[in-house]
This record gives sequence, structure tokens and C-alpha cells, in this order.
Amino acid sequence: MRYLIALFLILSFIWLANSGHYTALLLGFGFISVLFVIAIARRMGLVDHESQPVGLLPRLPGYYWWLFRKIVQSNLTVVAGVWRGRAGISPTSARIPLRLKTDMGKVLYANSITLTPGTVAVDIENDEILVHSLTSEGLDELRRGEMEKQVRALEE
Amino acid sequence: MIDSLLNALSGLMLAAGCFFMVSGAVGLVRFPDFYTRMHAAGVTDTLATFLIVGALMLLAGWSLALFKLGLILLFIFFTSPTASHALAKAAQHSELRLEQPGRPATAQAGQAARNAAEPALEADTTNTGRD
Repeated sequence: MRYLIALFLILSFIWLANSGHYTALLLGFGFISVLFVIAIARRMGLVDHESQPVGLLPRLPGYYWWLFRKIVQSNLTVVAGVWRGRAGISPTSARIPLRLKTDMGKVLYANSITLTPGTVAVDIENDEILVHSLTSEGLDELRRGEMEKQVRALEE
Repeated sequence: MIDSLLNALSGLMLAAGCFFMVSGAVGLVRFPDFYTRMHAAGVTDTLATFLIVGALMLLAGWSLALFKLGLILLFIFFTSPTASHALAKAAQHSELRLEQPGRPATAQAGQAARNAAEPALEADTTNTGRD
């Protein structure tokens, strides 16, 4: 039930933020379309803890802030590599052990790796994640597991 | 006063965003292979996009445009890692497959995949050779 309510709130917000016409008729249309989309999503079995991770919500802003700082740092590293040319980069790839248990955690971790420039998650196999990195320092940093610790704090 | 401050700040952010966009484009040309080029493209859709859309949000002020720009930012942050991963995964199925040290079983699988991919590759080269 709470996933349905969360979906309703998100869809309503998106509709309101994109419409800009707040007359009774158009609001009514918006309400009907939101209900229609929820009915379709429910018939497709899409309304569950994976599509609506409401449990994560309170801890998400902290993680986003941490990830944002990480993204800025790694952007500067990559841009430095761009302007220094071949000498500034040391492309490597390796399998990094994955200690996260839930699927949600794995997806968050892999997406966070890909979102920070300089490292890309290529494949997940059992308990290992194949990562390609622009610099060998990028891989070392992932091996130290700071990002993994942040994601684990998020999923618990 | 606050207006001119906001204008100056958004101007700075736009300039920085343009610099990062150009850096990403230069990296796309300068870097040696497929995977490193992907990292360069990552700069353009994270920090550069954030700076440019953020600057536009400052200019928009408290209006509907602010929410729309925020939604655009959120959408880009959700879709760009998905697109990057799709690219990398596609490369894994081609001759660009990454070497995986200390893994004989998958290395053999990689060899098999490479062999399987070869006829298609030959077809590609003959196609481009005709041009």
C-alpha cells in the first residue's frame, strides 16, 4: 500500500511540475492519468520495494551529497588526464570483490561507480564486479571500499 | 544586488560548464581506446551538465522552469550510467572484450566469443572496404 501511495505522490509531483495549468478540468485530467498509470504499473507487477525504494528515502540525501563530492573530485582527475595527454592516464581493468547482499545495493554500487567519471562498471558476476578505470588510483580507491561502505550504510 | 550576484554566479557556472564540456570533447578525441574515451564522455554528462543546468536554475528563479530543470538533471543522472553500462556491456560482446587476468575459464570463454564474433567482423570490414 505504501508503495502505491509513494508512486501516486511521485507521479502527481511530476505532473504538477510539468503542467503549469491549474484549472479544475486539467487537474482532473491529471488525476485520472495518474490513476491510470498506477493501474497499469500494478497490473504489470511493477509496484514493489525495488521500483519504489521508500525505505531508502531518509538516508538518500546524505548519500547523494557524498556521491556529488566524489563526482566533482573524479571529474577534476579525468579533466587533468585529458589535458596532460597520454602521460596522465594509466587505463586498467580488474575484478573487484563485492560484499553487498541485496540486489538493490549492488545496483546502487554499480551505478555509482559508473556515474563517477574515470571508472565504469562493466559486468557483475556472482560476487565480483568488473571495473574499467582510467587511472590505477581509481581502482585502488574502489578496493579500499569507501564507496561500498557508504552503499552498505544505505541498504541497511 | 542579489540579482546581479545571481547573474554573476550563473555566468561563472556556465563558463565552467562550457570548459568541462570542451574538456570532455577533447578527451574523446585524444584518449587512445574505446574504454578511456567512455570516461571522457562521462565528464560531459556529470559535472558539465550539472554546472550548466544549475546555472540555468539560478537564472530561472522560483518558477515552474526551476522544477523542470531539476527534473532534467535528475533524468540525466539516472539515464547516463545506464547508457554507459549498455555501451560497456556491448563492447564486452565484441572484439573489444577486456582482458581478465587470473581467470583462465573466462579467458577461454572470451576467446570463444572472439572466434564467434569473427565472421561478423570480417563482414564489417568488407562493407567498410567497399566505401
